[in-house]
Amino acid sequence: MSTTATDVLIVGGGGVGCSTALHLARRGARCILLERGQVGGQASGVNYGGVRQQGRHPAELPLARRSREIWTKLPELIGTACEFEVTGHLKLARNKAEEADLIAYLDVAKSNELPLIMIGSNAIHQQYPWLGPDVVAGSFAPDDGAANPRLLSPALARAGRDAGADIREFTPVSSLAHDGTDFIVKSGAHEFRARFLVNTAGYWGGDVAKAFGEPVPVSPLSPNMLVTEPLPYFIAPNLGVVGGDVYLRQIRRGNVIFGGGRGHSDPDIPSSRPSPEASYAVMAKALQLVPQLAGIQVIRSWTGIDGEMPDDIPVIGPSRTTPGLFHAFGFSGHGFQLGPAIGAIMSELVLDGHTDVPLEPFRIERFAGHELFNHGGQRHEASHHA
Amino acid sequence: MRLQRVAEMDRPAVSFMLDGAPADACVGDTLLTAILAQDGYLRASEFGDGLRAGFCLMGACQDCWVIIEGGGRVRACTTPIEDGMRVSRGRPQP
Amino acid sequence: MSVVIVGAGPAGTRAAEVLVGAGVRPIVIDEAPDNGGRIYQRQPAGFRRGARTLYGFEAAKAQAIHDIFDRLRPSIDFRPRTLAWNLRPGLIDTISDGKAGAIPVAQTILCTGAMDRVIPLPGWTLPGVFTLGGSQIALKAQGCAIGARVAFLGTGPLLYLVAYQYARAGAQIVCVLDTTPFTTKAAQAFALMRGGATFAKGLYYIAWLRAHGITIAEGVTSLAIEGDGQVEKLSWRDARGLRHEVAADAVAVGFGLKPEAQLADLAGVPFDFDPVQHNWVPRKDSNGQTSVEGVFLAGDGSGIQGADLAEAAGARAAWAVLAARGLTVDARAVARLDATLAAGSNFRAALERAFPFPATLAADMADDTILCRCEAITAGELRAAANEALATLPPSEVNRAKALSRVGMGRCQGRVCGAAAAEVLAASLSCPVEQVGRLRGQPPVKPIPILPAEAA
Repeated sequence: MSTTATDVLIVGGGGVGCSTALHLARRGARCILLERGQVGGQASGVNYGGVRQQGRHPAELPLARRSREIWTKLPELIGTACEFEVTGHLKLARNKAEEADLIAYLDVAKSNELPLIMIGSNAIHQQYPWLGPDVVAGSFAPDDGAANPRLLSPALARAGRDAGADIREFTPVSSLAHDGTDFIVKSGAHEFRARFLVNTAGYWGGDVAKAFGEPVPVSPLSPNMLVTEPLPYFIAPNLGVVGGDVYLRQIRRGNVIFGGGRGHSDPDIPSSRPSPEASYAVMAKALQLVPQLAGIQVIRSWTGIDGEMPDDIPVIGPSRTTPGLFHAFGFSGHGFQLGPAIGAIMSELVLDGHTDVPLEPFRIERFAGHELFNHGGQRHEASHHA
Repeated sequence: MRLQRVAEMDRPAVSFMLDGAPADACVGDTLLTAILAQDGYLRASEFGDGLRAGFCLMGACQDCWVIIEGGGRVRACTTPIEDGMRVSRGRPQP
Repeated sequence: MSVVIVGAGPAGTRAAEVLVGAGVRPIVIDEAPDNGGRIYQRQPAGFRRGARTLYGFEAAKAQAIHDIFDRLRPSIDFRPRTLAWNLRPGLIDTISDGKAGAIPVAQTILCTGAMDRVIPLPGWTLPGVFTLGGSQIALKAQGCAIGARVAFLGTGPLLYLVAYQYARAGAQIVCVLDTTPFTTKAAQAFALMRGGATFAKGLYYIAWLRAHGITIAEGVTSLAIEGDGQVEKLSWRDARGLRHEVAADAVAVGFGLKPEAQLADLAGVPFDFDPVQHNWVPRKDSNGQTSVEGVFLAGDGSGIQGADLAEAAGARAAWAVLAARGLTVDARAVARLDATLAAGSNFRAALERAFPFPATLAADMADDTILCRCEAITAGELRAAANEALATLPPSEVNRAKALSRVGMGRCQGRVCGAAAAEVLAASLSCPVEQVGRLRGQPPVKPIPILPAEAA
């Protein structure tokens, strides 16, 4: 058994983990990131790519705002924008009830200083003549956009590596423990030791939490994604709907990326595959939004494994059982935009013991002693999807 | 380039429209044959590298997609020509 | 629960024959309107050339494959013009004439055949450049030559066969250029002679071409196709390094064949890198059985073996299916098939060694050569991703290389560029090509429209 000691171990190389490594390294902390496969191989790499504040659970808005500022500075921070474009996010209502939902969110946005513009039926069809007739209204977030999820984690990891972080891909974790002083994380014949452990393992963050006596109810979530052949560019904003059952955007090269519904997964292998039924269903929804897509060819579908919490917001914050352990996982299908800021926040929790963003809603304690979370509080399980 | 008919030349004729102009082909032609026997391209690459005229002729390379009015997108090499078909190739890029 | 045969070429046809003989009614799917696959592709109705003209020395075999299938028609559920776009446990997702379907399946025999193996060359995306296989289909199934002055280039037995077929059909051939040096082929002569008739036919085609004054050059390098919006000329260096240039209006190019194994991939069949074929092939045992329950493979779609062995493999896999279903197996028939398959494998290996995949031609392609034609990505762009010129972790394998460079992201999903992309990446990383892996497949195996009718 060979041993490597460091200051901070990070388990899980998605956007959050890689951002954590980068921010720790920039502050001179020694850290090692352990990733079972390749960075960004699961949720962070397979998601839709929305860089979105609109529609989030209010607790997430301060995180999203902080992250949005980092997104602007990505070229400076990591040498690439990861194809981030401020396309605006247009959240659509397909009936009166959905329109009411959009209107209700305006207050949430206002109190969080998130600019939103409500667009009524006539105006929306004038502004976006390619929208299907079922669309009755929309809420436009001019500050939102989209980026290329395949690029973010490898870019954050590269910048982290250049800043001194040790990024270990193809390094699966076989056991985690604490010996009273250090965390001991084993991978095959190798042992890693550190005073701090950051759990950014996505769906498997639940396994890490369980290893330290604080199990949480995290479920696998596999977003069913599709992409078309390239077609002439005409859909500028990133499109979403109330309820989050379809999301659609067109990249400048012309491909339309869209998704909705769930694929299938087996997180123990791990393996996942998209679902033809979900694909057909979301094709129908895409046609409802953009009828001109009829006859266009889908060339690929995919999915991956994200972690979903019963209240649809992540677990972020210090462990309730083990000092030095910090969690950031379970982003429930909407972690991509948050990744850059969460990494900064985790580095602050580790190095400073505190951060400027309120994390109370995300505390792991909320699951202590409960098998299933009681939904009695916020009714946000639908509206804060893409 | 043009495909050269070297055999099976006395088949019944078929008329179709290619980018709005009348064109002729033979019964049994694929759309690819019908088009390339008289004009040298099927589409323009979306990415500015010029014209394309298919490649594998067996439905594998996906290079020969054209538009049929009222029929959406089709692969020219695996689609039989039909009388009255209205085919569009999109405008070639400069 | 059904047995489904995907692909009605030589392998699929013989598989159907064995199954029907045992009282099973298989579903047979093919994208084409009729059986025959590519090698024995039937010409459209109304075409009049005889089998000898279409299939040459293989006329009797082609006729047999057609006749068998015609006889089997009442006993099978044949679904032509049907694409199997996904394979899940117990279910095949299909599109046929724009309509979605899903076929419940107990056992499937994938006989999905092959396509040409491609190495991008300068100018290969110009109108007028087609694969060798495609050029053959133009002649066989459409009665057309790909141009008025056709150049043939690449390597492999198909190079000479198609050139011969074109010359016999009266097309004008400007040259036949083989990247494999004469000495490489000669070194396999003894092993190839065991192939008997196949070897003799190959020699015959070459001799006939030479006798009719067609330029054949072997060991060629530095191939380039040029023209303004279409093929106009071709340049190369001969074995002595001398540069040549010739006017042409069409080029037929191919470097052997590679399996179309996307459905096996989706089914979860593991793949191995076969160093002789220089290709990733799905893993099956000598029966055609894979480690995935209910998934059997036969023919070129699981490893290039030629049409004759594909027939034997199709029949053999069908017997394996019957065994899996608890039905009686004809041990003598199986033994004969096993013997045929074993005897043929040495010849196939010699053929691969006689016409090796010119990996260096791929690895050395110029930076400005288009590598991925669907997305118009150059070799240089892939190299930039590999060489850390982008601000990301570099790729150590092809899937991240694809994510960073877009190579393989187009309509064909890496079918055409995948092999060459792996060579370019491996060369950039100075590692053996098998180390960079293979592109991960995802459904659909070919494009499907938004939205197929009757999609559940």
